[in-house]
Amino acid sequence: MSVIRTGSGHSIAFRPRALAVGLGCLVVAAVSSVFAIGSGSGDYPMTTQQVIDTLLGSGNPADEFIVNDVRLPRVVTALLVGGALALGGAIFQSVVRNPLGSPDVLGFTQGAATGALVTIVVFGSGSAALAAGAVTGGLATGLLIYALAWRQGVHGYRLVLTGIGITAILTGVNGYLLTRAQITDAARAVLWMTGSLNGRGWDDAVPLLVAMAVLLPVVLFGCARAMRMLEMGDDAAFSLGVPVERIRLTVLASAVLLVSFGAAAAGPVAFVALTAPQVAKRMTRSPGPNLVPSMCTGAALLVLADLAAQRVFEGHQLPVGVVTGVLGGGYLVWLLATERKAGRI
Amino acid sequence: MSDATGTGGRTGTGEGRDRKTRNADMKHPAEPGTVRATGPDTALGTGPVLAKDPGSGTGTGTGTGTGTRLGGEGLTLAYDQRTIARDLEIAVPDESFTVIIGPNACGKSTLLRALSRMLKPAAGRVLLDGRDIHALPPKQVARTLGLLPQSSVAPDGISVSDLVARGRYPHQGLLRQWSREDERIVAESMRATGVADLADRYVEELSGGQRQRVWIAMALAQETPLLLLDEPTTYLDIAHQIEILDLCAGLHEAGRTVVAVLHDLNHAARYATHLVAMRGGSIVAEGRPSEVLTADLVREVFELPCRVIDDPETGTPLVIPAARVRVGA
Repeated sequence: MSVIRTGSGHSIAFRPRALAVGLGCLVVAAVSSVFAIGSGSGDYPMTTQQVIDTLLGSGNPADEFIVNDVRLPRVVTALLVGGALALGGAIFQSVVRNPLGSPDVLGFTQGAATGALVTIVVFGSGSAALAAGAVTGGLATGLLIYALAWRQGVHGYRLVLTGIGITAILTGVNGYLLTRAQITDAARAVLWMTGSLNGRGWDDAVPLLVAMAVLLPVVLFGCARAMRMLEMGDDAAFSLGVPVERIRLTVLASAVLLVSFGAAAAGPVAFVALTAPQVAKRMTRSPGPNLVPSMCTGAALLVLADLAAQRVFEGHQLPVGVVTGVLGGGYLVWLLATERKAGRI
Repeated sequence: MSDATGTGGRTGTGEGRDRKTRNADMKHPAEPGTVRATGPDTALGTGPVLAKDPGSGTGTGTGTGTGTRLGGEGLTLAYDQRTIARDLEIAVPDESFTVIIGPNACGKSTLLRALSRMLKPAAGRVLLDGRDIHALPPKQVARTLGLLPQSSVAPDGISVSDLVARGRYPHQGLLRQWSREDERIVAESMRATGVADLADRYVEELSGGQRQRVWIAMALAQETPLLLLDEPTTYLDIAHQIEILDLCAGLHEAGRTVVAVLHDLNHAARYATHLVAMRGGSIVAEGRPSEVLTADLVREVFELPCRVIDDPETGTPLVIPAARVRVGA
């Protein structure tokens, strides 16, 4: 642990390794972003120099249109969604004290999908309403799980198992909603449910940006240190003066909102919330919820995945959720195997 | 109350004698019943963790005469609908090593949870320095009263020094995350508990006894004048049990008020200066072990026929359960 101290008695502590991981991920995210903008969707190749010039405000008008109105929003959405999902996942995994306690497994992303489906299928409405539907669905799922699994705290498999059950139910509900939909609505809904960044504009990025601007300070400055105490058990945290229930409710509500807004912007992109915090933890090798490194890892992960989704099959774009699903699903299998070996399942 | 303080149990060490004279001096400054005005910052705020200078006046005693910072009035304790204890009155004598004993499910851990504000009483109040403990800010309580819970989880991959450092949480803030004072006290806490050599080891690779000392070091780093321990010796072998109890006795001698729940009566008799015996949710007897711990009490509280003799090592009561009566003999 390193410390910066000022003469006035203030001090900030940080872990150099965690800082390096965070910065490293940001660099990777930035480089991939520039690359994605340069070679991204559509047939308008740009050199890296052109992209950087345009981003810095000295490009020609055509470049400016392509970058600022078409490709930049997509990349920004990817960065924000990755960060939001990963941070939400890191919060859940820390509070549940289990790597499986991730919003993907617990059914929050499915719940957001149900909310979005209802707005698409029943109301047939546009992207703002879709986002609102997703957020409502996510929050409703949160309340349901809270009601079913909260007694005596949230840790352990009770919550995970409840979440798996709820995921199964919601999958059924989603399937039913799809059969009721007009074919065009259904196609749009399926694409959304896979998690896709195709055609994302500023309209999609802005609500998430606002949500993050509000929630990040709450979580990172208001609760992060208390969350580290919570990892030692409720009793230990309580005896250190942490208002346990208040902190837990605050961070879980924030996590549900982050995941829901993330899903609203790009669909329930699979497994980012599960994978990114675990990858970050293995890179930083430090205990604690690793909130900031997780967030940076998630952002880098999703931009890279989106880049891969656009480039793997020439002339044929995959939804980014397919890429993260394949990678994250494999990771989940590996995680289950190691947890089993460690005797934790 | 304060008569029991510091007079029972461990005499003969230089520190023990000093403590007694200090207590005698402290009876004068204030009238009995005066609510202690000292905040958590003045109590034990400075000075080394162990081996405090008895003359420095930084102990818990400034301005008090009644000698009880922590107590409960009319406590009814319940989990959901299940009432564990009714109308409990308890006053923890200052600078005592108070040990709560009793059979399983008698409510002793529940009482400790209530005293540490972990469990909100269904009726009655827990008072810390004369104020309802639930009305005080959590961090302020955490700077006055520390608890070693039974079930703590060491996070994966945490080192000993990192875990002990977490005990500084109630003294820290967003802009005061790791002061020199924090650094010094963490080092001292690890020295006092004998885990300084383990500072860079991972907690999960330690033995049970070492791990318990690390948790105690964390509670120590919290720098509280009151320290509550919930069955600190459970799951440890006899050598480690004694090691932990010796450590607690040392903390007590350094001026802390220590409250522990213990299962072993002989340990309780040997280390406690104030013994509280519970049965069925009520306090049956309390006082100095030599006065409280009798064969009659053990029969009443534990339904165990026994003899009580003098411990040949310490002269404290030693409970010898009666031999089994063989059928047909």
